Amino acid sequence: MKNTLTKYINTSTNAAPLAVFRIGFGLMMLYSIIRFWAKGWIETVYIQPKFHFKYYGFEWVKVWGDYTYGLFFISAVAAFCVALGFKYRIAIITFFLSFTYIELMEKTTYLNHYYFISILSFLLIFLPAEKRFSIDAYRSKKEYKKIPKWTIDSIKLLLFIVYFYAGLAKLNSDWLLRAMPLKIWLPSKYDLPLIGDALMHQNWFHYAMSWGGLFYDLFIPFLLIYRKTRAFAFVLVIVFHLFTRILFPIGMFPYVMIVSALIFFDAKIHLKIIKWIKFIIKMASIKTEVILVRNTYQYKRRKIILPIITIFFVLQLIVPFRYLLYPNELFWTEEGYRFSWRVMLMEKMGHTNFKIVDSDTKAFFYVKNEDFLTPFQEKQMSFQPDFILEYAHFLGDHFKQQGHKNVEVYAKSYVALNGRLSQPFINETVNLYAEKESFQPKNWILAFNDDIKGL
Amino acid sequence: MLKKSLRLVVMVLIIFGCSKSDENGDETNDNGDTYNRAILLTNMADNIIIPAYQDLNEKLATLVAVKNNFLTNTNQNNLEALRAAWFNAYETWQYVEMFNIGKAEEILYSFQMNVYPTNTTDITANIASGDYDLSSVNNNDAVGFPALDYMLYGIANDDASLLNLYANANHQNYLSDLVDQMQRLTNSVLEDWTNAYRATFISSTENTASSALNKFVNDFIFYYEKGLRANKIGIPAGVFSTMPLPDKVEGFYSKAHSKALISISIQAVQDLFNGKSYGSSATGESFKSYLQFLDRNDLALLINERLDAAKQNIQGLDNSLYNQVITDNSKMTETYDALQLAVVSFKVDMLQAFNISIDFVDADGD
Repeated sequence: MKNTLTKYINTSTNAAPLAVFRIGFGLMMLYSIIRFWAKGWIETVYIQPKFHFKYYGFEWVKVWGDYTYGLFFISAVAAFCVALGFKYRIAIITFFLSFTYIELMEKTTYLNHYYFISILSFLLIFLPAEKRFSIDAYRSKKEYKKIPKWTIDSIKLLLFIVYFYAGLAKLNSDWLLRAMPLKIWLPSKYDLPLIGDALMHQNWFHYAMSWGGLFYDLFIPFLLIYRKTRAFAFVLVIVFHLFTRILFPIGMFPYVMIVSALIFFDAKIHLKIIKWIKFIIKMASIKTEVILVRNTYQYKRRKIILPIITIFFVLQLIVPFRYLLYPNELFWTEEGYRFSWRVMLMEKMGHTNFKIVDSDTKAFFYVKNEDFLTPFQEKQMSFQPDFILEYAHFLGDHFKQQGHKNVEVYAKSYVALNGRLSQPFINETVNLYAEKESFQPKNWILAFNDDIKGL
Repeated sequence: MLKKSLRLVVMVLIIFGCSKSDENGDETNDNGDTYNRAILLTNMADNIIIPAYQDLNEKLATLVAVKNNFLTNTNQNNLEALRAAWFNAYETWQYVEMFNIGKAEEILYSFQMNVYPTNTTDITANIASGDYDLSSVNNNDAVGFPALDYMLYGIANDDASLLNLYANANHQNYLSDLVDQMQRLTNSVLEDWTNAYRATFISSTENTASSALNKFVNDFIFYYEKGLRANKIGIPAGVFSTMPLPDKVEGFYSKAHSKALISISIQAVQDLFNGKSYGSSATGESFKSYLQFLDRNDLALLINERLDAAKQNIQGLDNSLYNQVITDNSKMTETYDALQLAVVSFKVDMLQAFNISIDFVDADGD
């Protein structure tokens, strides 16, 4: 056992796939940031709101006002440097920190694929992605042909977890037996050309898509790993992600996944890609100097890095299952829902109003959410308990500061999940201003009046 | 290899598709056909929206005539006739306010017709100067039905002194201009509907933030939440403030009409939801039948139940909501709670069932 492990760790492989991955990742991140900027979202998501929702434990992360643009700029430059392989280690650390900081500034925008980018960039800090075909290599006049095999495998493992866990999360009765939420989402795509009228309202199509999506997520990592099915699997990856791109507003995620899946291929393809890029560079008549080619890159601090990577992956495997520690329906309370590759699993909407009560006189009034929240924030707040609690505290503080006495904050909340009738969500008799955020189960969430079976 | 795989994918998809459809072929399935949203919008336009505008336009034409008569023959009888014509038109307005789309949206029609409480300081200043632009945004709270409410009931302590005021040319002009402006605006909205906008409206069925269908649904819900629930009941009942604000009721100066107006407006909302034609009992495609098509009859029933319950609450209120707030505000807040339940049904359940692109949220999902 120990022997096989040492042997595995010492196995080396061609460095080209990781170099191509670095370039693809860097360029896509650069484009993502430009896109986010161009759509004006830095303004509407980060700068305009008066109040920001924070992740538990990261309340200290602040939006930088107009300097937020600077933060995005730093992140974009870092992404470009990663692509170039220029000062790679500093660039990828900068990218990881700036991108993660951006995500931590506002919980409203949480997306699984932003989380994926954060942890992937963390992983990349420890990988020798600049050892081949990079400015760093040319500057140091040293290029490595081979790198340890586990470095590339670690990216494959991460992708494996993303897909496979997304598949496991679909093993529930709403997804499989009720075709929810696709049964709600697909009919609303009736205006798509060709397939809109013909398919989107068909009951069988909702089920076919649900089950197809499940099998795709569960099996695609295996099909990508196995050499004989790899090309077929890659075509599936393209078809699947482009199809989801047509159906749903999921931004850059499909492209990120398609490009990432290239890592599963043998070096042959990557060497070809490098050749193309070199050709283009030559066309621009930039000289690439002849450099010293070494054989295998060896880690200098392997004793520190390997344990870090191991802990990282153990956490990745465990964290999505933390929901088992909570007694109530996961989809309802969302305790342990995020950071678990639960992608497009729920159609959940809510309506939540807050009542400010003077505990002495019992006089009360309702808050107009639009006075404090953007429509996007209000939408996300209305069905997520941690948002509701955080906002209740913000309101309590706000009205206390305004001179209101004996402030208590109550929520009147209704939530509808996957096409069920909406039902009361938060216990109206609990003063949320007196409740504290923690990892404990939130006992002021009312029970879900239905049963969703499965993982 | 790649080409081969592609061929395989297509084949698998076809086989998967066919076998699945065979399995379900025998099942009775409500969702088998596509839903024709154009028919829904056509019913809205032809049997509800346009007839309501036509009726309002006629009533405002009457109001103009009665007003002219009053100004040439200013006496108590003609004042009563004018008040009656005003109220008649105000009732019909309750059917129209929710259609904030097309020309109405473009010219901010409802802001020029029914912003209350009206601003008596602005009105007094306008009358005194005789120099005003009624369509200016600054005058939104000095025009329309609420301004007339003040001009016909609140401008003097009793009818005798009120009639005396209308000997005054500036008062005559302002009253006249208010009424004429309302008619002109309504006419332009109606004309746009009958000429060009109807066709645009019924063909704009795509699921985008700017399509007529989505805007119409969003506007409908917005009206119910803001124009009806908040403005007519919530704000006067002090739901959003530390104290009740009874003088913010609709029709504050005429005192007796506020309950009548909300009774009509909630009926208008329910009729639209059920697709009931304006002025007849015929029904056609509607939000209700769309929900039924989506297998959500439970929700369609619940929405009607909740609207009925709210109507019951409203029936129990004093004719003057002003009096109701003063004597027993708890009945007002109970009514508010009943109205709020339907907001939840519309905003959460119905929007979820329709899965409408919401006009104000622009972001990626995952």
